[in-house]
Amino acid sequence: MSLRRPAKNQPETFEFNSSSLEEANKIVSKYPEGKQQSAVMALLYIAQKQNDNWIPLVAMKYIAKLLDMPYIKVYEVATFYSMYNLSPVGKYFIQVCTTTPCMIRGANKLVEACKEKISEKENELSNDNSCSWMEVECLGACVNAPMLQINDDYYEDLDKEKTIEIFEKILKDETPKPGSYRGRSNTEPENNRKTLMDIKNA
Amino acid sequence: MLKDQDRIFKNLYNDMGADVKSAQTRGDWVNTSDLIAKGRDWIINEVKDSQLRGRGGAGFPTGLKWSFAPKEVGSRPHYLVINADESEPGTCKDRDILRFEPHKLIEGCLIASYAVQAHVCYIYIRGEYFIEGQRLQAAIDEAYEKKLIGKNSAGTGWDLDIYIHYGAGAYICGEETALLESIEGKKGQPRLKPPFPALIGLYGCPTIINNVETIAVVPTILRRGGKWFSSLGREKNTGTKIFCISGNVNNPCNVEEEMNIPLKELIEVHAGGVIGGWENLQAVIPGGSSMPLIPKEKCDTLTMDFDSLMAEKSGLGTAGIVVINKDQDIIKCMARIARFYKHESCGQCTPCREGSGWMWRMLERMAKGEATKDEVDMLGDVTNQIAGHTICAFGEGSSWPVQGLLRHFKKEIEERNNLDPIVQKKNNIPYLVDQHLLDKENA
Repeated sequence: MSLRRPAKNQPETFEFNSSSLEEANKIVSKYPEGKQQSAVMALLYIAQKQNDNWIPLVAMKYIAKLLDMPYIKVYEVATFYSMYNLSPVGKYFIQVCTTTPCMIRGANKLVEACKEKISEKENELSNDNSCSWMEVECLGACVNAPMLQINDDYYEDLDKEKTIEIFEKILKDETPKPGSYRGRSNTEPENNRKTLMDIKNA
Repeated sequence: MLKDQDRIFKNLYNDMGADVKSAQTRGDWVNTSDLIAKGRDWIINEVKDSQLRGRGGAGFPTGLKWSFAPKEVGSRPHYLVINADESEPGTCKDRDILRFEPHKLIEGCLIASYAVQAHVCYIYIRGEYFIEGQRLQAAIDEAYEKKLIGKNSAGTGWDLDIYIHYGAGAYICGEETALLESIEGKKGQPRLKPPFPALIGLYGCPTIINNVETIAVVPTILRRGGKWFSSLGREKNTGTKIFCISGNVNNPCNVEEEMNIPLKELIEVHAGGVIGGWENLQAVIPGGSSMPLIPKEKCDTLTMDFDSLMAEKSGLGTAGIVVINKDQDIIKCMARIARFYKHESCGQCTPCREGSGWMWRMLERMAKGEATKDEVDMLGDVTNQIAGHTICAFGEGSSWPVQGLLRHFKKEIEERNNLDPIVQKKNNIPYLVDQHLLDKENA
């Protein structure tokens, strides 16, 4: 279990803006009548997107009211799942996978790059307050290890130099191209493909 | 090597595009209504004949699982839930299906929904796969537009709605009952079984839960016949499987191969061999991090299927193969896996919540050579106290890799950790001696 604490400085109010509200209503309609509680995970995610990538306590209270459920149940969900940020993170939120398959392919070099370019410690904002990084557990792209995620995008087949290149781009507020950084296509064996060659060459 | 025409996932590497048109050229959605017109019993029997076993890790026969759904729909509706919460370290097969073969999955959902009489299907995707989820949503929208799902799906007369539910970074939600809790908007903590979800599942209604790959192969099985599928592989371990080969190999990759393929062939032919040569191999984790590792001696002749790995006291699991060569510290690798389980334990059962932390801390010390001799056996005791004493199988799963390490690499651990506890060295210090042990000696 991971320890997760809400931020000390909390905003006073929170409300969905019109586009968030529309999206929220669409999600509630996916579930049977009376089961609107199912939408809580998606709504927390919408709140996080709207509020610069983190969820304040007032947002949980707001969602509890919206879905007609106890506040503590929303709090339970928000603290249970690791993708909900309970305190501010950077606009570019970097997650480095360091679980065994990435570890044995050199994920520690990516962590070094984070320490050099972003911030000395995990969950700390960079000097210009735009980025933060953390180590996470398996992100499910093991054959493209080592890899990291920036916001929604996966950056794969990395090494330290390429990671630093990516960081230099985001520090300049540019979005680097996601995907493999060794130029291979998706999960095919690099330069060693033996299957489905007819389709590839078609 | 499996012939190309026998491969089910022809777009595994996205050579052709994932849209509905190119999916149709690969044979998806071609005669779906004819398949469904043959009836529920025919579909379930054909799946039973194919001997398809669940691809999510446990390997439960799929046809049998479907037949558990109540024959008549009572007052409670039936649900189909697809488990796309792929979080097992070493596994990344479902990601490719979601990205590149979404229509195989959607068509499979329609057939499975019809077979278990569900009108609503939820696909639970892990939160990190946001881009993959968007691609699947685009495919679902496309299918609605072409009237392949929705009212009177694909002209079959069956109504089906498919919704995506995103997770938010909890490994435990890959456990089927935790996944249901999560869809209901609660913490993902597993439920006690029985009752099984087939009778009391999502919202208390009958629910069938299947892995992405299991459902995605069903349309092809029905088209080409259960006999064709069962002719691949061997008895009870039939068909094809996507293997993910990661770790210390020259060309890590996903590849679809026949069941019962030799591990050596997978690594040497498809993944370009172990870094430093086959002799440099130390151990292999055969099926995602929960499965006990297998040392090199056994890898030479090992074949990859459910039963042959079971015979080696391991398992096929999700077929996520992690290759570890001799340049790696095996104890450290396992310590990192133990840290994963410590982080991901849901905290419901004490043995897993506390034990996973103990195992991690002990292994970290063992990797540094700071543990005492008797702690090696103590670690074994801890794993035995977790296995079989938790609500879900994932709790036990945290102890299996450590048991595997102790089974095959005990000597390495003992060589590195030979500190003698003070109690044994200076038996005559009364306050440091375990009185309990003294009593035994005098008895």
